[in-house]
Amino acid sequence: MRMKHPDRGGPAQPMLIADGLKKHFAIAGGGAVRAVDGVSFAVAKGETIGIVGESGCGKSTLARLLLHLIRPDAGDLVFDGDKVGAPDGIDLGSLRRQAQMVFQDSASSLNPRMPVRDSVGFGPRVLGRTRAQAAAEADDTLRRVGLDPELFGPRYPHELSGGQKQRVNIARALALNPRLVILDEAVSALDKSVEAQVLNLLATLKRQLGLTYVFISHDLAVVQHVSDRVLVMYLGRVAESGPADQVFATPLHPYTRALLASRLSMDPEHRVEAAPITGDPPSPANPPSGCGFRTRCPHAEAVCAEHAPAAPTGQAHDAACHMLRAGSGHSAAHLLGAQAAA
Amino acid sequence: MSQALHLPAMAAPRPAPTPGYWSMVGRRLRRDPVTVIFCLLMLAIVLSAVCAPLISPFDPYKESVILRLKPFGFRGHWLGTDELGRDILARILYGGQTTLLMGICPVIAACLVGGSLGVLAGYAGGWVGTLIMRTMDVFYAFPSVLLAVAISGAMGGGMLNGMLALALVFVPAMCRVAETATTQVRNLDYVEAARATGAGHLMIVRHHLLGNVMAPVLVYASSLVSVSILLGSGLSFLGLGVRPPIPEWGLMLSTLRQSLYVQPWVCAVPGFAIFITSICFNLVSDGLRSAMDVRLK
Repeated sequence: MRMKHPDRGGPAQPMLIADGLKKHFAIAGGGAVRAVDGVSFAVAKGETIGIVGESGCGKSTLARLLLHLIRPDAGDLVFDGDKVGAPDGIDLGSLRRQAQMVFQDSASSLNPRMPVRDSVGFGPRVLGRTRAQAAAEADDTLRRVGLDPELFGPRYPHELSGGQKQRVNIARALALNPRLVILDEAVSALDKSVEAQVLNLLATLKRQLGLTYVFISHDLAVVQHVSDRVLVMYLGRVAESGPADQVFATPLHPYTRALLASRLSMDPEHRVEAAPITGDPPSPANPPSGCGFRTRCPHAEAVCAEHAPAAPTGQAHDAACHMLRAGSGHSAAHLLGAQAAA
Repeated sequence: MSQALHLPAMAAPRPAPTPGYWSMVGRRLRRDPVTVIFCLLMLAIVLSAVCAPLISPFDPYKESVILRLKPFGFRGHWLGTDELGRDILARILYGGQTTLLMGICPVIAACLVGGSLGVLAGYAGGWVGTLIMRTMDVFYAFPSVLLAVAISGAMGGGMLNGMLALALVFVPAMCRVAETATTQVRNLDYVEAARATGAGHLMIVRHHLLGNVMAPVLVYASSLVSVSILLGSGLSFLGLGVRPPIPEWGLMLSTLRQSLYVQPWVCAVPGFAIFITSICFNLVSDGLRSAMDVRLK
């Protein structure tokens, strides 16, 4: 009965490619907030990509851009080989059937006037299922997320706990049988024990349904735990990207190093020497010239203010830092170039 | 954390099935004694107006030269007689029909027009919303009584014109309430989630917006009924609404005013009727407001 979306591009085709996504919000009194400022990355099929960064770095805007819930000012989105919105590509409707999102605030992400079964069955109803079919599919999906449909189907959101609400949110996203699920701080608001349960649930669902996740969080430990690859964002740009184990073991960008240093560690062997990060990030309405991180970077030099370092591209471990670009003019770049050559 | 898992069923067995929204509202209303009492009183007022031909002891139009301005209980006229010798009780009962119509019809009309405009303004936003809301602001510049008098004065008296004038006066307020509620709901994640399913605007408005906008609009509308009764009576009092000899509470008050020193209690009866009815609608509206709040348990 359930429709399965065909794998059009084959296993080698990335599930989602974001190319130079940009979103600037105009603000009163002129100027614009550069929420997302040229972000490019690719999500392979079946992987979990973690996106980390401080609050205000554009993570949630990026999540909404990926679903075209807000229109990007520039940049392209390619879903399974089909460009979103292009005449010969994939239209918004089919993108949204194949890519779904789980929101952070489980309280405001469920309609308080709608019973759980109707909330979960809304997607199938949109696709033209009858009321009974939609209810049956909603019950199926509720069972998948570990909620008894008999018990929870008729309930209203205010009768559920935070963990239960988030399960319903996950069920609603899954009701459309998506291939890609964007989890925007999906477990951040939960208690640690409930968070672990929901993370386990997400892992099981991924295995059972062959899902691809974009996992957005500010919690480094959780991202390290769930992600295959990691994207570190700073001020609307990608600071560092690469396989999760490499990024967490040998962070390249000073920002990533500071982030990792600032988290609590139980292992004295894993202390990082870098100075913990201080101060607030600069306002995205008025970002510093050149590299966005230079105002807080212990290694900042003149070249960092002149122009922005090239953002990481491709799947390999790389960071947007002049120190990693041979010939960039940064005093540490020669050193690194020599290391790489050796 | 990463080991294989079995999911504990998150079920705390609770045998009673969750009731629907409206039965929940009903249950809460029933537990609120003040609202229940005034609901019953309101029902009694509406019923007595509707059943006026059956229960009225006299013909409300029957005049009598010898029975003018008699006190309470005079020869079977329980509430006395007016300046033309007509039975006050009969005129109150029949007058209830016109007065309640003047109270309810304009509000329903304003609810439909203002509510839809408000939802449209709130949901569409942008220049559509600005256009609608700024137009409504123009109406806000005038005091509502003055506006009602001006409109019905311009259109000429009569019951229908009076109701139209009242409806026009209520549209901006209704529109603003609906717009505010819509704007609040529109930016919530569940509306975004609905958009993410690929749902069209109509479907989102119908399933996710209307239900959440309806509660504040309904509560506000029920409180407007008493305002509408008062304003309608005011219009009739000024000779702009209902024309004599049709019984209407405001009009009765206006014509009995001259006899205030002859039969003060008899002259106060229509005012008392207006007072009781508007109190009823206000208190029931208050009860509705708290009963319809989903967050309260």
